[in-house]
Amino acid sequence: MTPIASSTASSTSDSGVFDDVVRSDSSLRRFLHGLPGVDQVGCEARAAGLGTRSIKTTAKAYAIDLAIRMVDLTTLEGQDTHGKVRALASKAMRPDPADPSCPATAAVCVYPDMVATAKQTLGDSGVHVAAVATAFPSGRAAMDIKLADTRDAVEAGADEIDMVIDRGAFLSGRYLDVYEEIVQVRHACGDAHLKVIFETGELQTYDNVRRASWLAMMAGAHFIKTSTGKVQPAATLPVTLIMLEAVRDFREQTGQMVGVKPAGGIKTSKDAIKYLVMVNETCGPDWLDPDWFRFGASTLLNDLLMQRTKMTTGRYSGPDYFTLD
Amino acid sequence: MSRIDVRKTYKLYIGGQFPRSESGRSYVVNDAKGRLLANAAQASRKDARDAVLAARAAFGGWSGKTAYNRAQVVYRIAEVLEGRREQFEAELRASEGVSPAKARTYVDAAIDRLVWYAGWADKITQVVGNANPVAGPFFNLSSPEPSGVIAVVAPRGPLLGLVSVVAPLIITGNTVVVIASEDHPLTAITLGEVMATSDLPGGVVNVLTGSVAEIAPWLASHMDVNGIDLTGVTDADLAVELEVAAADNLKRVRRPAPGTDWLAEPDLDRMTRFLETKTVWHPIGV
Amino acid sequence: MTDNTFEYAPAPESRAIVDIKPSYGLFINGEFVDGNGRAFKTINPATEEVLAEVAEADDADVDAAVRAARRAYTRVWSRMSGAERAKYLYRIARIIQERGRELAVLESIDNGKPIKESRDVDVPIVAAHFFYYAGWADKLQYSGYGSTPLGVAGQVIPWNFPLLMLAWKIAPALACGNTVVLKPAETTPLTALLFAEICQQADLPPGVVNIVTGAGETGRAIVSHPDVDKVAFTGSTEVGKAIARAVAGSDKKVTLELGGKAANIVFDDAPLDQAVEGIVNGIFFNQGHVCCAGSRLLVQESVAEEVMSRLKRRMATLRVGDPLDKNTDVGAINSAEQLSKIRELSEVGESEGAERWSAPCDLPSNGYWFAPTVFTGVSQAHRIAREEIFGPVLSVLTFRTPSEAVEKANNTPFGLSAGVWTDKGSRILSMANRLRAGVVWANTFNKFDPTSPFGGYKESGYGREGGRHGLEGYLKNTEKGANS
Repeated sequence: MTPIASSTASSTSDSGVFDDVVRSDSSLRRFLHGLPGVDQVGCEARAAGLGTRSIKTTAKAYAIDLAIRMVDLTTLEGQDTHGKVRALASKAMRPDPADPSCPATAAVCVYPDMVATAKQTLGDSGVHVAAVATAFPSGRAAMDIKLADTRDAVEAGADEIDMVIDRGAFLSGRYLDVYEEIVQVRHACGDAHLKVIFETGELQTYDNVRRASWLAMMAGAHFIKTSTGKVQPAATLPVTLIMLEAVRDFREQTGQMVGVKPAGGIKTSKDAIKYLVMVNETCGPDWLDPDWFRFGASTLLNDLLMQRTKMTTGRYSGPDYFTLD
Repeated sequence: MSRIDVRKTYKLYIGGQFPRSESGRSYVVNDAKGRLLANAAQASRKDARDAVLAARAAFGGWSGKTAYNRAQVVYRIAEVLEGRREQFEAELRASEGVSPAKARTYVDAAIDRLVWYAGWADKITQVVGNANPVAGPFFNLSSPEPSGVIAVVAPRGPLLGLVSVVAPLIITGNTVVVIASEDHPLTAITLGEVMATSDLPGGVVNVLTGSVAEIAPWLASHMDVNGIDLTGVTDADLAVELEVAAADNLKRVRRPAPGTDWLAEPDLDRMTRFLETKTVWHPIGV
Repeated sequence: MTDNTFEYAPAPESRAIVDIKPSYGLFINGEFVDGNGRAFKTINPATEEVLAEVAEADDADVDAAVRAARRAYTRVWSRMSGAERAKYLYRIARIIQERGRELAVLESIDNGKPIKESRDVDVPIVAAHFFYYAGWADKLQYSGYGSTPLGVAGQVIPWNFPLLMLAWKIAPALACGNTVVLKPAETTPLTALLFAEICQQADLPPGVVNIVTGAGETGRAIVSHPDVDKVAFTGSTEVGKAIARAVAGSDKKVTLELGGKAANIVFDDAPLDQAVEGIVNGIFFNQGHVCCAGSRLLVQESVAEEVMSRLKRRMATLRVGDPLDKNTDVGAINSAEQLSKIRELSEVGESEGAERWSAPCDLPSNGYWFAPTVFTGVSQAHRIAREEIFGPVLSVLTFRTPSEAVEKANNTPFGLSAGVWTDKGSRILSMANRLRAGVVWANTFNKFDPTSPFGGYKESGYGREGGRHGLEGYLKNTEKGANS
């Protein structure tokens, strides 16, 4: 896996493109509400249409390996232990111990207190450690606690920080508060990359998802991410489509690429391939790379591995043949 | 010495005005006993063209009015007709030679017909429109709209027949160029005077008098006429010729209706024949 | 840098499911019979491969079909209760669902349309149409149009949606108690002949549905047959006018669903990504062989540039090729004749000064193909803004105000459909009111449903198909003083 290029780390808020937009709450609101609306039915129809692509043989093999390389293998449970995280990290490095040609995942994604353990196991394997910070999943904590949470994770060795936005502030229209929070967390990240989670299931409308996408991108997010996995619905194809359109349009306007990470609810290879088709046909091949697209998932990996084995052996596999970590 | 009558000059009714035929022609209209009743204007193809222009110009405004407003205007025609009923009874007696009782019956029926149609303006949409339960997240509504400019060959029965073919067209928002009954054109022009004083915008109804065989083919082939009602065409060959000509721009055609009992209560067909159904879709989403 | 190209491997739908016979006869009185006329060939437009020979019905064949239909009407179908007729239609609907894949594959082979469309659009709506009208058969007294059938319906359908147009014609006709003689288009007869087989499977009484194949002459024989009570036609405006002339003076009831040159109007506050999808769907769906296609894009000047760049980017992702490949978005042009018409009008567009842009795509060497194409700098005076191209060619015009948009949209002899894209609710309703078209799609395009009436204003024809309104064309108006 190629390391995330540092050139992409510059915040657009630093570059000044959107200085006028983020000058005040009202200018920011005007900008976000001036974005083209989203027609729900049309958006969902387009997503469903892309979902009918038939990806077979060589294309499927390519897609499965790519999907494995894009997985942020995740455990975010109260019952997580160091042992569990070590096992997960091992699996991330060698998803299919029986097949050395099987690629590693992009990262493991854990709570901040597990970062050190994960890092220890992963070493210099190239698999990143991502940590959910900022009072994940609700985001309901004081700002200094969120920042401390972030710094703690970064200091423990996190390569990537997955923060949650303040949905309460967003839904009550205090966009500038949300913006400034992202800017501060980004600052606290230092060299770590920042993924901004919207919890799209709480934002409800696609218009909100599009506004949140632009808000986060202007604030310097490296990635925009759908969900914590703790709220239903989590990632969906149409929500991801809106976010892909946002990063595509953002690049058109600023020249900068931002990554997209659907998380939660993506369980099967078939689902994952639909997302890759959508990336391919919305943003183009530039985004078909773990630097620019990730899956936040846990059970998905095993299904990808089973499908991969089916492709190489020609027979259907079963869950007993893959580790359950 | 008895007073000399001030005789009425019967002209055409086009665009709310009463012009003579641009051709300068007129023809003799006799009463039921064959005595000269008056000279009527003999409309030319250019008068027909002018009438279509007037009807087209009036269409946007008239079809854009609220149904309630069109109802009020058509009801107003009935009111004014009621006020001038003696004149119409006299004209019917003179031109058709009917008894006073019969003339009264026709005038009654004509007024009542206008009232009947006036009430349809804001109901026809509800009766012939539909909400359609499509299998998807879409709002879908079908509603009727007027076809546009309709040419009409009026039947005999200079008042009731004329009212019975014109009222259903204008109540739904169409505008009309009507060729009055060739033998009994005078009442049609008097009816034009009623309409001109009933808040009916100029051009919504245009009345031509003259030869059906001469004028109708120009209307049937006119590319800015959307429909043609052949109700009053008595010559079967002419009817076919007109229907063939009407195909040039796919006019909606109503074929001749010989033997119609104009005293009977009508049905919806005269309205619906010159209505289009527009169906509008919109997604349902948040 | 790694190569990120995601090449979709070929994903062909198997054609093993269809059994195309070397030759086909006419379906008259419940049986396949030899016609008197010569046979003609139907070909696969994607490969130019000859698929089968099909009988061309002459006047005597048409007469035999009309007589069979009359007999079935008098002796069986008009006497049967609506509830029983309904059950036959439900049966047909079910068999269409059961044999859906077969119908879809055959349709794509004979027509050239992508399997994705025949499978996901045409065939499901065909089944739904029969289901919908089946339910009307015993409820006609509530239709508002009475419940008296007309008799024998002569129906002539086009090649762009062979099976779907068959369903639009046959389902309401049979539900209302009429019997039919239907002629499919000469380039796409195969699914209609398979439908005949489905009628046999459903044990539909002989003569209720008769399918006669052939070209224009066969159609003329049906339309002018004196014992046909009803003519239903979908096709070109030119032929529609000829039919209107042919039936003049008769008692035949006529419905005509003809050409269009629909405006698809995009305002600057439109949901742009969905609008772009709507533009693409509006003109490239079914290779643009759609009478209601959104072939004139009217885009507000303030967003014209942005819309065009988004549109071109989207067009570049369209996959043109093998109709049976499940990932094909745009299939083959239906015939050599149609292809040359599209080419001719496109050349006219260029010579009149419009700027032509075609999506970059590799077209197969055999068969009839035309790359998705857009013309910018088009004015109302250009032929490509006025004439129906009936192909994947979009003409783009701009406007400044809502009134200008309405004026340009209505400035055509056609009036079949229109599209409006804006986020402002009151503007949608205002535009919908002012557009002179039988179907207005607001923030969507090319949607069809059995419950939704379809048909045009002005030279796009008259009568409606679909919905309750679709019954009117197949029932006798028994009101006083009414004529058919």
